[in-house]
Amino acid sequence: MRVTFTSRRQSAHKAEGSIELAKTKRGFDWKHKHLLTIAQLSSEEIRFLLQTAHGFSDVSTRSIKKVPALRGKVVANLFFEDSTRTRMSFHLAASRLSADVVELVAKGSSVAKGESLRDTARNIEAMGVDVIVVRHDQSGAAALLADSVNCSVINAGDGQHAHPTQGLLDAYTVAQRLGRDDFDLSGITVAIVGDIQHSRVARSNIHAMTKLGANVILVGPPTLLPSGFSQLGCELAHDFDEVLPRVDVINMLRVQFERIQSQAFPSVREYAALYGLTTQRLAQAKPNVTVMHPGPLNRGIEIESAVADGPQSTVLAQVTNGLAVRMGVLYLITRVK
Amino acid sequence: MIFTVTDARFGERGYDTHMQTFADANAVARLIDDLGVRIRGDLTGAVGDAPLADTCAMVGIQSRGDVMAQRLAAQLELPNDRVGSLDITLYRDDLSEVGPQPIVRTTEIPFAIDGLNIVLVDDVLMSGRSVRAAMQSLMDFGRPRRLWLAVLVDRGGRELPIHPDQVAVDMSNATTNNQQVAVTLTPTDERDAIIIQDCDGA
Repeated sequence: MRVTFTSRRQSAHKAEGSIELAKTKRGFDWKHKHLLTIAQLSSEEIRFLLQTAHGFSDVSTRSIKKVPALRGKVVANLFFEDSTRTRMSFHLAASRLSADVVELVAKGSSVAKGESLRDTARNIEAMGVDVIVVRHDQSGAAALLADSVNCSVINAGDGQHAHPTQGLLDAYTVAQRLGRDDFDLSGITVAIVGDIQHSRVARSNIHAMTKLGANVILVGPPTLLPSGFSQLGCELAHDFDEVLPRVDVINMLRVQFERIQSQAFPSVREYAALYGLTTQRLAQAKPNVTVMHPGPLNRGIEIESAVADGPQSTVLAQVTNGLAVRMGVLYLITRVK
Repeated sequence: MIFTVTDARFGERGYDTHMQTFADANAVARLIDDLGVRIRGDLTGAVGDAPLADTCAMVGIQSRGDVMAQRLAAQLELPNDRVGSLDITLYRDDLSEVGPQPIVRTTEIPFAIDGLNIVLVDDVLMSGRSVRAAMQSLMDFGRPRRLWLAVLVDRGGRELPIHPDQVAVDMSNATTNNQQVAVTLTPTDERDAIIIQDCDGA
């Protein structure tokens, strides 16, 4: 599907924006060799990155879905945790930029024999890799790698800490859906709902949305929403129904059963009743509210199927946009020595 | 403004001191009009009685060639969906050079290029490297019947075996090595002009 920006506000904006850009072009001083967190980026850098991603969005709609921008570069996917979307998305993004991609699966590799993360990465780098895309269950793993190797490192999710490309693609999707061609999200209120505590998606989303000017309300049971999150400039709420009518975007998080160690809520059924997004509950929200979910979906728990597949859902647009965003990230970081 | 950027064309403050207007708005209009007449001649010669709207298309190289392509297409009465615009950033051969990152823009080719006579349009032709990149980019969309090249200004100084089919004005002897030719076109710029600018040490 072609990524297009459609609203009317948008087209007026676009016309002005492109004239301004054309007049004042033609460069932006991008300094980051690694993408570890969104916290490391300024609002201006996030906007430039998303603008760059938009420039790549048409590549996936061509008959030959390839441009030569990363010809001769090698990208290594180093995933120590399960992933479908992110791994494939990075693989495809790199392929569409004409880079070569190598995949390392932790099972069946030396990692299974006890090789340390740092040793694995250094060995991979010694084979002439330009970018390592890493996912790991330990927070800080990507930063550790970036300190250990000379090539670029992209964090594809580290523990509960950060998942920057998810935050970026979610911001891109909100901008696209609400017609903010300049990636300024001022005046938009975003609710992030569910298991905030264990969610790196939530953390990266908070940074991305607030830096672009949106208001963020975090919603979840007290056991999954530590009060410390208010320090990130968010409103905290435990009553989903009270928050619903006030928001423009609802980002439903997956309940991460694999990370929840103690009894965070009495039963899955009670969680679904209080925090699940059902058709009935959606009716209380603004009629044009945008519903997001990073996937994979727990259908019937945090989101009802009819909502996930409904017209307000951006679940699949998020996946499509993820590809453009990852192309943009790969392109920019490989241009920094 | 969305982000801090530096201007490659005129420096930060816009039009700079050491510059002269080679062609003003009226002259540019005449040059483009004349170019259009000659392109029409080429295309008609190639397709015979078939309507140009069925057999031909224009593709401009961003960010001035696309404006020219729009104007030429209007003159040749080609429909809007026969006008494309190419961003060649990703196809440039100097991509690995460090420095400020160019803004990647979308390429928009709203028609199937296979079998068409396509006129590639750019404002200034010099080394030929942009044209090479544009040809490579365009070929990724399909196989045109024939590609033509039309430019407003031929600056000379070719580094590749590329020769335009139509040139509005040959300036290969009108400038010295430390001068630069810039084309401004509305609505991207404030006015239509061809400008010669001294670039001391730049």
